[in-house]
Parts: sequence; structure tokens; C-alpha cells
Amino acid sequence: MSKVVVAMSGGVDSSVAAALLKEQGYEVVGMMLRLWSEPGKEDSNRCCTPDSMAQARRVAAKLDIPFYVIDAKDVFRETVVEYFLAGYARGETPNPCLICNRKIRWTFLLDHAFALDADFMATGHYARVRKDESGKMQLLRAIDRSKDQSYVLHVLDQEKLKHALFPVGDYAKPEIRQIAERHGLPTASRKDSQDLCFLAGEDYRNFLQRNAAEMLKPGEIVTREGVSIGAHNGLANYTIGQRKGLGVASAVPLYVITKDAVRNTLVVGTQAQLGSSELTARDVNWVSGEAPREPFRAEVKIRYTAKEAEAWVKPMGESQASPESDSAVEVTFDAAQRDITAGQAAVFYQGDLVVGGGIIV
Amino acid sequence: MIYLDYSATTPVDARVVDAMTPFFNASFGNPSSVHRLGQIAEAAIDSARESVARVLNCKPDEIIFTSCGSESDNLAIRGAAYAMREKTGAKWILASRAEHPAVTKTLEHLGKHEGFLVEWLDVDERGRVTPETVAKAICGDTAIVSVMYANNEIGTINPIKEIAEICRANKIVFHTDAVQAAAYLPIDVNDLGVDLMSLGAHKFYGPKGVGVLYVRKGTPLVSQLTGGGQEFNLRAGTQNVPYIVGFAEALRLTAEERARRVAHVQPLRDRIIGAVLESIPDSQLTGDLESRLPHHVSFAFKGVDGNLLLTLLDAAGFACSSGSACKTGNPEPSDVMNAIGLSREWGLGSLRVTLGKDTMPEHVESFLNSLPALVEKARALR
Repeated sequence: MSKVVVAMSGGVDSSVAAALLKEQGYEVVGMMLRLWSEPGKEDSNRCCTPDSMAQARRVAAKLDIPFYVIDAKDVFRETVVEYFLAGYARGETPNPCLICNRKIRWTFLLDHAFALDADFMATGHYARVRKDESGKMQLLRAIDRSKDQSYVLHVLDQEKLKHALFPVGDYAKPEIRQIAERHGLPTASRKDSQDLCFLAGEDYRNFLQRNAAEMLKPGEIVTREGVSIGAHNGLANYTIGQRKGLGVASAVPLYVITKDAVRNTLVVGTQAQLGSSELTARDVNWVSGEAPREPFRAEVKIRYTAKEAEAWVKPMGESQASPESDSAVEVTFDAAQRDITAGQAAVFYQGDLVVGGGIIV
Repeated sequence: MIYLDYSATTPVDARVVDAMTPFFNASFGNPSSVHRLGQIAEAAIDSARESVARVLNCKPDEIIFTSCGSESDNLAIRGAAYAMREKTGAKWILASRAEHPAVTKTLEHLGKHEGFLVEWLDVDERGRVTPETVAKAICGDTAIVSVMYANNEIGTINPIKEIAEICRANKIVFHTDAVQAAAYLPIDVNDLGVDLMSLGAHKFYGPKGVGVLYVRKGTPLVSQLTGGGQEFNLRAGTQNVPYIVGFAEALRLTAEERARRVAHVQPLRDRIIGAVLESIPDSQLTGDLESRLPHHVSFAFKGVDGNLLLTLLDAAGFACSSGSACKTGNPEPSDVMNAIGLSREWGLGSLRVTLGKDTMPEHVESFLNSLPALVEKARALR
């Protein structure tokens, strides 16, 4: 019997994932990571509140599977929180969920699964894996496109995909709820929040203020032409495309176009200047394990919540910047895209297939 | 699954279950009732009390049945603290740093909310409270001294008799938590010289949810659970007849079979201690090698997350325990690990292996074969 560790959250999706695997005859073990939160706010990390832990424990008991909580506080702080802070220091808007998926869930937790002699690890993500005719692993969008979470999983490589199971990706959300009801499992989803788990529901700016106040250095607000028109109170306080709260008087509405971390200036412009049809992405992961040599057509998604857009993706060869990953690419969209944000991921799809993705520069 | 966690709890002896069974249904009466069914229940409790008193070498009316060891600790310490303050004005309470939370949290509570003053007695690196430490710490204003008979985490046995003598000479109430000790050590209260002693049945093959507090005649005590006049006005509430009967039968069997039980577990204990220290680098025994519960083994492994080691052991089919055990993935070295002076690097990597009647030599060998690789795995995952 194959053994699988399920990363459980107490929510409906990972609970049903565990139930489905048990039905399929796997030996199932539930695990939950204890993640970091700020000193004095212990127990407030959204991914592992006492409540969700108790919920996951109940689910495990109902399914009659063992359940363990693994301490990941130190590695989470060193990896994910540092990445988050470093991203803002570079003037980017980092997406820590990506590195969490790569380094915490699919490295740290996977190693713990292997230590328990598990053959597979599963999560409640809406996505699919399958093996093609040549034996290569493929990552695919979920059957239910409206719930698809393959965006955050583009960081997985062949080796990890060989051990990955996403049981809920084959179902539509209403079916998942039915399965949960059938097993007497909780049917509530964990709130799909845009907030980061370690911010405990607070605005990220307060977190930066407490943990990296030096990042919030005031500077100038300039137009694309370099004309100073006001002052900002720290680049990290702004996001690309932001209009409100700039505090500058102008006849036409102004938007944040870019953040220049070197000069510590916030570059603003009109709506017409907001879009761009090009981006560069670094640290690209190719799911197949091989970087394509030729430019190719793909649908590219530039945020978790963005709609994918048709584009050419052009591999640029080996990147010097990051030996850990494979390469950089240039993406040219058929139509200009708003709010291309450095630090977020650009993920390339061909139909249901996830080809790869990288971090927008 | 090989169970090596008898200090956490034990299975109920079949003979104990048999003794309890009639009192759930056939003889279900309330011991306070006047009628015949009540009389039968009352007689069962009286017999149980006499049986416990025989083992403790005391009078039956010195036995108070409670709901667990923690309740016994609470009644002893709170009850004596209030009574002593009323009687003599004394408000200092001394207790060792390595006590069970049932004692330490109770004392913290009394200090924070009731105006008592608490002094924590240091233990040596093996977890022992020396009589000298007690003698030095007491003063005319000391009301109570509380030192456990044997430690739950590291198995160290304290010199209870000597400490009791010092307290007796200074007219201080002496309480000992004997919850861990009762399964294997003599608990003759006259020999030990204690005034108050807490016991819990589930550590010696009795049911969970029933305990005893021994109260030496004349020891000042104020009840904590008020209501009816049960248990000599010291503990209100309808008595849990089947569990009280179970407590008495389990303790009787323990006393009767004590020598045999010790002879069974002690060689297995010594085998584990020797083999682990030899086969696992950066390991140490915590607690005392000599003055130690005969079924109790505890280690610290450097650079190991004790919680993770328990997870790996469980997945490999061994149920053990740890001083830093917690189910929330938020481990901290326990107070006991800190009290015996272990650094965080060692203190987080504690493991407790406790043996029992059903532990067989082949269980121990199987455990010893598996442990070194699991410790290595846990170290690699840090």
C-alpha cells in the first residue's frame, strides 16, 4: 500500500483530499505545519491558528488517520519572511506564497513526509498532475477553472511532481462539498484571503514598520519625464497601478507606474502610460525540466487573480543571477497589460498545461 | 504499536474492570441515600477506603477520594495554604522547580490571586531536591513544603523521608505528589512521614478520572469543592462509586504485585539505558541513574526536535513521550529540562520511555533497533 502525507488545513479542500486518498486505498497521514508569526502574536498565523489545528485534528480522527504538527517556525522566518522583506527592499511587491510553496511545503514538509517513509505528498490545491507518454510529469489546471490554483504550483519540478498528488483538482467545488458532507467533514472553505498568513489580518505596511522601518524611507514622486511633483513616504507603501492616496494634485488621475528602488522614487503617470506589453521574468522554472530554445506562444498570467493573456515567451538563456533556477524569459503580450508588478510571478500556460513561470523583474 | 508510555497512562487491569462493573448498573445507588441501594454503594466506598488505608498504612478517614491526581494536588496545596494562613498567618509556600504543573500552576495562581508567597527550590543536575536545600529555605513564616516523590519527566526519586523530617521538626505541612511513584515505590505514609500525599489511579492500571488525597489526621485543610458533606466535608459531590472501587482494587493489586512488577521492568530499563547511550552519539540520560523509578528511562539528544522524534517513532510503531511534547508544533524545553540546567539545544531533544507489565524484552529490542536511525533522521531534518 502506498503511503501519502496530506498537508491539512482544517478546511474542506484538504480534508476531502485526505478522504479521497483514503477511499482510493492509500495509507494516509495528516500533517500540519506550525508557521511563524511575530513575537507576541503567536497563534495568529492564519495557516495554523489553534482553531484550524483543532479542526484538522477532528477531521483526522473522523477519517481515522494519524495527524502530526511539525514545527516550521524557524525555517519559515528564515525563508519566507526574509524573502518578503528582501523583495520590498528591492522595490518589488513580493509574493511569499510562491517561496512558501517551493521551500516550505514542497521541500521542508516533503522531507518530513519522506522521513515517515511516505511515497507521496498531497495538498488540497485545485490542480492536476499526470504522466505523459514519455514518462514526464505534467502539471495541469484544475477541472474547475474558477478554482484553479496551479499558479502557485508552477514552482514544482519533475522530481517533486513525481511525489505530488492533488486529489481535489479532478472535481468541481460543489462536488467537493458533497463529498465532504458524505464523510461528515467540515464544508467551510478557509477564507480565501489576499492577506499573507503571517500578517494576522493586519496591513503589511504595519508589519514593515515594525520589522524593517528603514525600508520606509521618504522620497520623491516623479513623472515618467522625471519631473518631481510630490513626496512619498516609503516605496513599500505603494503598489503598481495604485491611484488613491498618492497625495499629489493633478488635472488628470495619476497612477503608480513603477518604483525605482535605486533612486528611491515613485514614478507616476496617466492611465494611458499604465499599461505595458512587455515583461522580463527571472528564476524561471520549467515544469518539464528543460528550457525551450525557441520562442513559443502561451497564455500568461501575471498575478494569482489576473486573467491570462496571449503572448510570446522568449527564453533568454542561462541567467547569472540565480544558479538555483534555470533561466530568464522575455514576454511580449499581444495587447498591453495593466499592473505588471515586479516580484509577482508570470506563469505560462498552453491550454491546461503549466509550462513554467518566473518572477517578474 | 508498541506502547512505551506507561507514565502517561496505563491500561486498566481486567481484574479492576471486573471489580468496577457491578457499580455501573446492578449496584448503582447513591452512597448518600438512606435506602438499601444507597447502603450497598456506601459499603463499597467504605471497603475501598479501608483497602487504600491498608496499603498506605493509615486510617480510613485519612483517605479523601477525588477526581484525579491534579485535583488531589489542588486540594492539598490550596486547602492547606488557606488553613495555615488562618491558623498561624504563615503564607510562604516552598516547592521544587521540577514539580508537575498541577503543583506549579496552582502555586502561581495562589501567588498571583491570593497573596501567598512562593519560593522555588532548586534541584541538582539530576533533578533532586536535597534535604539541605529545604532546611536552608524554610523559615518561621513557611506554611507548606511540596516536593514530589518521583519526577514524571526524568524519573528521579526525591529523599521524601528526610524532607518530611525537617518539616515535621519545624511544624510545616509537607505535601508530596506521589502520582508517578505509587506504581512502584512503597507508599507507607507513616514510614514516609508525609502530611499530604496525592495519588491517581490510572498510573497503576486503574481507571482515569479518580484520585486520592491522603490527609494526616490533624493537618489543617479547607475544602475546595463545596456542597454536600461527602468525604468528611472535604470534597463535595456524589462519589464516583465504580471508579473509587476501581482505584482501591488497582492499588491493592499494585501493592501485592509490587516486587514482581519491579523485577520485570527494571532489567528492561537498564538494558535501554545502556544500549542507547552506547549506540547514539550526543545522547545523555536525564535524571539519576540510581535514585530512579524502575520503569522509567529518559534521555536528551543534542540537536533533535523531540516532538519530531515522537512523530517518527509513532510512524515506526512506538508510542513514547517527551518533556517538550506538545501537539501544536510549538515546542519549548520543559521547566524540568530548564531546572536541571540543560541548554535549549539539548532540552528540546528529550525522550521519555516508560515500561509496564506488558512490556516484553522483544519490544525493547525492537525499539533499540529502530531508535538510532530515527534520531539521525530527526537530526537531518533540523
